[in-house]
Amino acid sequence: MRTLTIDQVDDLALGATLLGTGGGGDPYVARLMLRQAINTYGPVTIADPHELPADGLVMTVAVVGAPTVLLEKIPAGTEFIASIEALASYLGRDPVALMPIEVGGLNTLLPLAVATEMGLPVIDADGMRRAFPQIEMTVFTLAGIKCSPMSVADEKGNLCVFETNTNQLGETLVRGAVMSLTLANAFSSYSMTVAEVEAHAIAGSVTYCTELGARLSAVQRGESGAYDRFLEFAEGRVIFSGVITDVHRETTQGFSKGTVTIEARDGTERSMKVAIQNEFLVAWENDRPVVTVPDLICILDAETATPITTETLRYGQRVNVVAMPCAPEWHRDGMLEVVGPKAFGFDLDYVRVGA
Amino acid sequence: MLRLGMDVGGTNTDAVLVDDEGQVMASHKAPTTPDPLDGISAAISAVSVVADVSQIRRAMLGTTHSANAIIQRKGLGRVAVLRLAAPSSLAVSPGADWPDDLRQSVISDVAIIEGGYEYDGRVIAELDEAAVRRFSEAAARSGALAVSCAFSPANFEHELRVAEIIASELGDDFPVSLSHRVGTLGLLERENATILNSALLQVSRAVVDGLNNALRENGIEALSYITQNDGTLMTSQQALEMPVLSLGSGPTNSMRGACSLAGLSDAIVVDVGGTSTDVGILVDGFPRESAAAVYVGGVRTNFRMPDLISMGLGGGTIVRTEGTGVAVGPDSVGYRVTEEALVSGGEILTLSDVSVAGGRLTGFGDPARVEELDSSTIEQSLLWVDEHLASHCERMKASRQAMPLLAVGGGAHLVPGRVPGTSEVIRPHHYEVANAFGAAISEASGTVDRVYQYGSSSREECLESARAEALEAAVAAGADPGQARVTSVVEVPMTYVPGGGCRVQVKAAGPLGD
Repeated sequence: MRTLTIDQVDDLALGATLLGTGGGGDPYVARLMLRQAINTYGPVTIADPHELPADGLVMTVAVVGAPTVLLEKIPAGTEFIASIEALASYLGRDPVALMPIEVGGLNTLLPLAVATEMGLPVIDADGMRRAFPQIEMTVFTLAGIKCSPMSVADEKGNLCVFETNTNQLGETLVRGAVMSLTLANAFSSYSMTVAEVEAHAIAGSVTYCTELGARLSAVQRGESGAYDRFLEFAEGRVIFSGVITDVHRETTQGFSKGTVTIEARDGTERSMKVAIQNEFLVAWENDRPVVTVPDLICILDAETATPITTETLRYGQRVNVVAMPCAPEWHRDGMLEVVGPKAFGFDLDYVRVGA
Repeated sequence: MLRLGMDVGGTNTDAVLVDDEGQVMASHKAPTTPDPLDGISAAISAVSVVADVSQIRRAMLGTTHSANAIIQRKGLGRVAVLRLAAPSSLAVSPGADWPDDLRQSVISDVAIIEGGYEYDGRVIAELDEAAVRRFSEAAARSGALAVSCAFSPANFEHELRVAEIIASELGDDFPVSLSHRVGTLGLLERENATILNSALLQVSRAVVDGLNNALRENGIEALSYITQNDGTLMTSQQALEMPVLSLGSGPTNSMRGACSLAGLSDAIVVDVGGTSTDVGILVDGFPRESAAAVYVGGVRTNFRMPDLISMGLGGGTIVRTEGTGVAVGPDSVGYRVTEEALVSGGEILTLSDVSVAGGRLTGFGDPARVEELDSSTIEQSLLWVDEHLASHCERMKASRQAMPLLAVGGGAHLVPGRVPGTSEVIRPHHYEVANAFGAAISEASGTVDRVYQYGSSSREECLESARAEALEAAVAAGADPGQARVTSVVEVPMTYVPGGGCRVQVKAAGPLGD
């Protein structure tokens, strides 16, 4: 086992912002929570599956709610512990480790803050290694692992535990519970054994995220050769460079949808459109799809290498569009039904980075 | 009636005297003094000699005093911080993200107590009034109290109740800053701004007293105002309570001054100083506001500040030759350009020298001293300037449509005659003191900030009555009734259920009347 110290929090947060692919929730508050938790309870213990008992229980913990509410209602910390304890009590076993459901966006950092307070390790794995908007969009769903039973808790002692037959219905019930519990809550789900984590989860994603953030940070500091080292590590490529010439947004059914248009400034007529549904999902160059989900599309400010989120897209920004392959663990039967372009309503086939 | 506009910037202190017709009668520009109040006093003397001082009846000051106090950690007061949100929010303490030195010098005590609201208007918990009374001792030790509260922009009863309790414990005069008066949604950012407001109270007192003394010494009996971030005025009495609202007024003044001097309401404004250039955009005569979090001295806030891009490009920016190329800035000789630039008899190659050699700047220093300058150095440096200005202007634009560019500030000579993406480059008369002129033409404003029940009357009726009241308040604050208009309407829904309340903030503004 190893420890994640306060010095690595900023790299982890930067990596999480990048893997948020434009969404995933701003890790700002989660970063402050993790810093406070490490200062109070000590560094976070990170474990690989083989360092834990194979039959030990692991569960995920995350924040769920409306982003605008989370701006005002900062977590207490206790709601996460309550959701974990409720699920443990329901299952009749205590967890030996916690796990992020998604390494991408704010839910990357949050389990680490909770784990150090509870004195538990965080298992170095997750279910997405990017951000997705719905709970069932995990590699666990591909492996037939249920998110049920699940628990939702608030900071005042209100909580519920429930079971569902499908992970899709689990998503629906969590949203319903959160509507009644003031839109800023904790939820725990996807309880499984360490052996199941080892067999099915995306391995090493917390470390990957920290390393990725460290390499992007080097780019931001302007270190020579850093962009190449960053892309090499991410197995990514810059698929387009240009200026944002249009940002179109609409909010439908609670999701923020839209498109961003980027035009080249190299004398050619090339342009790129990127579809937004909370995250960046599909990139077209001159109307030809060049990358789709589940591969990652990230937009970086061309000068500062700051990952640009869907809320901060603006006309005139000079940007690089970076595409990165999704974690190899995604490439299993059923992937396209769960997180392919059609799962988001696009009548498109999956286009891999570099295809 | 004459108006006296003043602007204290990092490099220069400017003043203008403006008549009824908006014409500049006198202007003055001098380096900012170590105690900025000395420079203000000197500037007032310099411009007021041309007029009958009894005619100067309004004096407006925009100043970097507050921003500098925060950046330099000087003159800040100690603040006790009370947050009403428990049991929520305990995972992030007040001041958690502040730079250590600033937190240690400003924040004395913090407490998160029960109170605050949910998004739908229900309480998170009833306000723990006993805890407020207990915390009043810490507040008394600090000398100032900042109060934040979950969802207070929509529901501020708990914050008002805390102010009442503190007044009963520590007296009506005890300074309490309430977050709903300072900022909008975003608890941590609003709380930060509220703490800064409390910390700046003494700085603000010194500025207001200094301004009023300087006016008196020059025999001027004028109403004194401080300019706010949004381009409107606070009376000096209001400035004593809400100093944080003036933190970013410099760029606003400069942009509004530029637009008025040029007689335009929509333009890109490029303000070139001695050290840096700000590029902003004017829409309907007011700066477009930033959507991103604004950091002040390392503290994240959610002020409504002009959306600006700054770059290290100014008249004093140092140019170095490297082999056959040049490296421009980002360092600058600043206001010492009048001594250290080559044309000033100094030894340092600056962008002002390049501008003289390239024919953009005339009447500054001795052109003979740059005659020997390598023509490739001149060309490359000016190309660097032109490319950076063009790219920043492009980034500021909201559409591909070309807009006019207004070049202002002491370094405006560096802006070329044509900038790609802009329809024309205008250097308005008195462009070098656009910021002080912007202060002089700042408007009086009035606000309404109230929760309306849309269920009982229609939304349009509520907004109409709020608009009317804001206009009345602006007129009461001195705005000309014929020219006052509503400048912003912000609605914050208190609840997501039908028939629920909505916080409505309406601001009206107009030029000062007689």
